[in-house]
Amino acid sequence: MSDRDVKAMAEDMEAPQFADVAFSIPTELSKSTVAVVTSASLHHVDQSDFAPADVGYRVLDNSNRDFQTGHWSPNFDSTGFAVDFNTVIPLDRLDELERQGKIGRVSDVHLSYAGNQFDLSAIRMDSGPAGARLLREAGVDVVLLTPV
Amino acid sequence: MSTLAHIFEAEGLATIALGSVRKQIESTSPPRGLLCDFPLGRPLGKPGDAAFQHRVLSHAFSLLESSEAVLEEFPEAIEDDSFEVLACPLPARSNENLHPVIDELRGLRPAYDRAISKYGNRAGTGRTIGVDELEGAIEALLRVSDGMPWKQAGIPGIPSRVAQDIRAYYEMAALGLSDHIPSAWAGTNWFFNETETGKLVLAARVSMRDAGEKRPIWFYMAPGDR
Repeated sequence: MSDRDVKAMAEDMEAPQFADVAFSIPTELSKSTVAVVTSASLHHVDQSDFAPADVGYRVLDNSNRDFQTGHWSPNFDSTGFAVDFNTVIPLDRLDELERQGKIGRVSDVHLSYAGNQFDLSAIRMDSGPAGARLLREAGVDVVLLTPV
Repeated sequence: MSTLAHIFEAEGLATIALGSVRKQIESTSPPRGLLCDFPLGRPLGKPGDAAFQHRVLSHAFSLLESSEAVLEEFPEAIEDDSFEVLACPLPARSNENLHPVIDELRGLRPAYDRAISKYGNRAGTGRTIGVDELEGAIEALLRVSDGMPWKQAGIPGIPSRVAQDIRAYYEMAALGLSDHIPSAWAGTNWFFNETETGKLVLAARVSMRDAGEKRPIWFYMAPGDR
């Protein structure tokens, strides 16, 4: 087995097409609040696990970095995340960029969705916009999206 | 991820989407995309390598300077080590009266506990069954591999989910046995290629397939290319 083989399986999965590309002009990065949104199905220990076709999201508390992955796909390597969560959600790196003044601040909240979804309609119509509004209300300007 | 990028931008957030699969990120065309040819499950590339992770972030945030949609590729690819198998010494048989699979499972418990103590349980067992229930699950898989229908064999959950907990136990044990952070898939390859239990999971999977069980029940017991 190799990563190339697994990626080859994913390449032909149907991907959504967007006729119009929304494009938000960011504020200056050094003044921006930055959040991470991942599809690694992360949750805190005291939060509910993800169901296999879970289209919801979990709100991750930036001050609590005790994450677990709730991903149901067998088609990814989990050992990188097991030894260093920054491999998936690089909050220690963002802390360092904040201290260096390169970003304004790290958001108090981040989001996690479940990857490996075949029907994205509920995320497009419901949990995606809801998650975005939650981040906006939390003062987030810039979102880094990390796939698993 | 690229789908969420479109949704979030429409709500007024500026986004940068990392992508691991070229055709996926190219076809979904996020407003700002950075293709990172890294192993699946490692979107920042290298665990334990802060400098590398910062290079990825620096490139990603530089896309915010673009005044229009942009898709770039991070210049450093991480070639997977293909068929590398983690060189983990398996414990010697300690109890000849036990089935080799059970003997192996018990023998790896100290390594598993050591890894959990060191790294925590971010990707360990416990989602469907706890570590103390693995032995019963493996005994059930032995019965499945001998031809018993899985519903009669006593698998304590959906087989694909139980198999994930078993694999997680072994991959954590591999981390406990290793003196370095393994390359992507090395622990998985070690589990399926080298261990008695990995071979058992594959054998039970074949038995279920050959018995005509529904594909989702057995297919996701192992990565799709197995």
